[in-house]
Amino acid sequence: MLSRIAESLFWIGRYLERADDTARILDIYLQQVLEDAAVEQMACRAMFDVMGRLIPEDDSEVGVSQVLQLLAYDRKAPSSITGALVAARLNARSARDSVSSEMWEALNLTFLDLNEQRRRAERVGAHRFFQWVRERSSLASGVADSTMSRDEGWLFFDLGRNIERVDMTARLITTRAAGGSSGPSWTTLLRACGANEAYLRTYRGRVADRTAAEFLLLDRLFPRSMFFALSRAEECISLLDRSAQGRVGTEDAARRYLGRARTGLEFRGVEEMLSDLPGHLESIQSACAVATSALGTRYFPHAVIEWVGKGA
Amino acid sequence: MAPSVDPRATVNAGETSATYGPEVADLFSEYAFGRAWDEMFVSSGVTRPAYDAVITAVQSLDADELRSRADGLARAFLDRGVTFDVGGVERPFPLDVIPRIIESAEWDLVSRGVAQRVKALEAFLADVYTDRRVVADGVVPQRVLITSKYFERQAYGIRPANGVRIHVAGIDLIRDEQGKFRVLEDNVRIPSGVSYVLENRRATMQALPELFAEVRARTVSDYPTRLLQALRKAAPAGVSDPTVVLLTPGSFNAAYFEHTLLARTMGVELVEGRDLVCSNNTVRMRTTSGEQRVDVIYRRVDDAFLDPVHFRPNSVLGCPGLLTAARAGNVTIANAVGNGVADDKLLYTYVPDLVRYYLNEEPLIDNVDTFRLEQPDHLAEVIDRLDELVLKPVDGSGGKGIVIGPQADKAELATLREQVMADPRGWIAQQVVHLSTVPTVIGDRIAPRHVDLRPFAVNDGDDVWVLPGGLTRVALPEGSLVVNSSMGGGSKDTMVLDKPRRYGLLGYGDAVEGPEEAEETATVPPTHVSMRSPDPGPATQQSQQQQQ
Repeated sequence: MLSRIAESLFWIGRYLERADDTARILDIYLQQVLEDAAVEQMACRAMFDVMGRLIPEDDSEVGVSQVLQLLAYDRKAPSSITGALVAARLNARSARDSVSSEMWEALNLTFLDLNEQRRRAERVGAHRFFQWVRERSSLASGVADSTMSRDEGWLFFDLGRNIERVDMTARLITTRAAGGSSGPSWTTLLRACGANEAYLRTYRGRVADRTAAEFLLLDRLFPRSMFFALSRAEECISLLDRSAQGRVGTEDAARRYLGRARTGLEFRGVEEMLSDLPGHLESIQSACAVATSALGTRYFPHAVIEWVGKGA
Repeated sequence: MAPSVDPRATVNAGETSATYGPEVADLFSEYAFGRAWDEMFVSSGVTRPAYDAVITAVQSLDADELRSRADGLARAFLDRGVTFDVGGVERPFPLDVIPRIIESAEWDLVSRGVAQRVKALEAFLADVYTDRRVVADGVVPQRVLITSKYFERQAYGIRPANGVRIHVAGIDLIRDEQGKFRVLEDNVRIPSGVSYVLENRRATMQALPELFAEVRARTVSDYPTRLLQALRKAAPAGVSDPTVVLLTPGSFNAAYFEHTLLARTMGVELVEGRDLVCSNNTVRMRTTSGEQRVDVIYRRVDDAFLDPVHFRPNSVLGCPGLLTAARAGNVTIANAVGNGVADDKLLYTYVPDLVRYYLNEEPLIDNVDTFRLEQPDHLAEVIDRLDELVLKPVDGSGGKGIVIGPQADKAELATLREQVMADPRGWIAQQVVHLSTVPTVIGDRIAPRHVDLRPFAVNDGDDVWVLPGGLTRVALPEGSLVVNSSMGGGSKDTMVLDKPRRYGLLGYGDAVEGPEEAEETATVPPTHVSMRSPDPGPATQQSQQQQQ
């Protein structure tokens, strides 16, 4: 598979997941603001912080409209929902021959519908926009699952999706960890991940902070838990790395970073995690970042030879 | 199920066959006849037999339905990304819902004529880039070759593996006022548009299923297979399982959709210049598992950008060293470098002579009468009659720079006169031909619009295969004779009729191959007895158990 195409697929996976997760995070935050307008300033500032975006300069008001503008509707920034969907489609377009037609149509239709959905959201509320984004990304993701061969291309796509999921779930949980008691409750977080019912069933309705954290961080069966997504990402890498039969350690750098993060979760236990939740979450996020750049070095080299003739 | 035709409205008489009923009369009520040959109507209300099924299908729709189907087509194209770029904006290529029909006998002549022309041009190119017998024998003057903008010295002496330089050709045809096909121009560099042929068929089948239940059109879906086969046959000697790639300038190219469609349907990699590396006279592509050797490059990048070592040094769309690798015989570039000398518009006037010279045959399809402006007597006459003729720059494509005399104003003609006098080699002049018209949906009405036809030919070295039909382009503005998509052109599905379908058993869509298979299919009873009913799932099973 061409390196350029592999890179595109990896990023389609990431952008799709990012749009989905950002919609989830924004949705719960804005609901919280709706319930208690007094926290608007603080919640919105926390929002920017979590999403890794600079808070707009000067000390002007940071309210819901700025959050929506910059994190939901901004076409240029790849960390906004709209920007991520635009970027996913652009990547799919440049890898058009490797992306299945149905997948492309799912992404293209989403792209074509963005303006209309935004206008609708301005009438009926942003919640509908987030809902639509979640549906569209689930559709694209599902179409990919059901129409792409499980070859290298799909592994890169799935890898991107899972790395992003780890990163975004970490951000989501950070909203709780950083916000303390004023942040969203664990139930809200569970709901944002679509995990509330699975959680209630698993723990038979006994809701507690500790078990909720345990579920989102460590559950082995729930696909949005950090442990699950990390393990899946690691699995993709090891499937991609067919030469890895070494006797000593792990050759592949990306796998080392992700594996270390995964074992950190697996063998640390929930008590220890909770004692320094923001710190641990941050280290997992940085593991995702370095793993991505290690993947780039290995699979997506960008050595462009510029030819300039003698006369030029 | 096709609607029944009002018997009073139907007559069968030789050349003409059907007059239309009241609903159609409404849609066609403002159908104007001009000087051009109309492909559907002999005269007002009298259709040609080939269009019977089209009339029947259109008759079953009213204006609203017709428009909603037309809208559906446009939307489907946008969703599927069947677009071309105009100034960085992706636009759907407008497709008209009414197809163009070509009868089987007529098509046989066209396809033989196109194949003949491709063979002659192929022989000509082989000659130009080796011995140049054609010049020595006085058929084409040397100056015509070396003054051609697309004659490439760099290609001299490169001998392609199976002798093919024109792997794909698009020969533009028009129908004149007498209904006779003529060649308007040849495209043997990187002809584009075949993706629209494939997509148009697919979309028209969905938009007008009534029609496909009635008639059998020859399939167009073989094209990618044929092309791949031709490319594989063109591989360097000794390569048994060649790696074929399609080289695209990238996703901002106007024809990017086509590149992706062909790559997908052929199952080959779609590469950009930056994916390729040349060293030791071989070409390789960068993959996730290292570099992989490439044997055949179907390139959709112009000569000038293909190889910065030989052509534009600042090009990043190609790959340095490609041409040297091709010369060393380690990679095949398709179409070959330097083909442009054969589709130069001045050379076009020599093509009938080339057919006679190389093939010893008479041309099956004539050229449009053309003046060679580098000849003083021709030039004098043309300058005199500028307002009656069509002037075309010899190296233009996409309709750029064409001046249609009768439609130009004084200032334009004056500028043109200066340009032509300054560079007679740069222009040709042709009689104005009123391209034939085909009914086209315009708003709520159906109106005649001018069309041309670009059949595509694939040369695999043993045989030249012509894709049945080709791309029909429509000039959408009223009266316009320029069909190029960049100039407001649309397109139509082009159906080459096969034998009439006797059994409408498969519904639309599944054109059955060959008469024998059609017979077999016809004997299959139209029920689905062999189908297993779907698993009803636990709930139903339970209730059945309870019933027992």
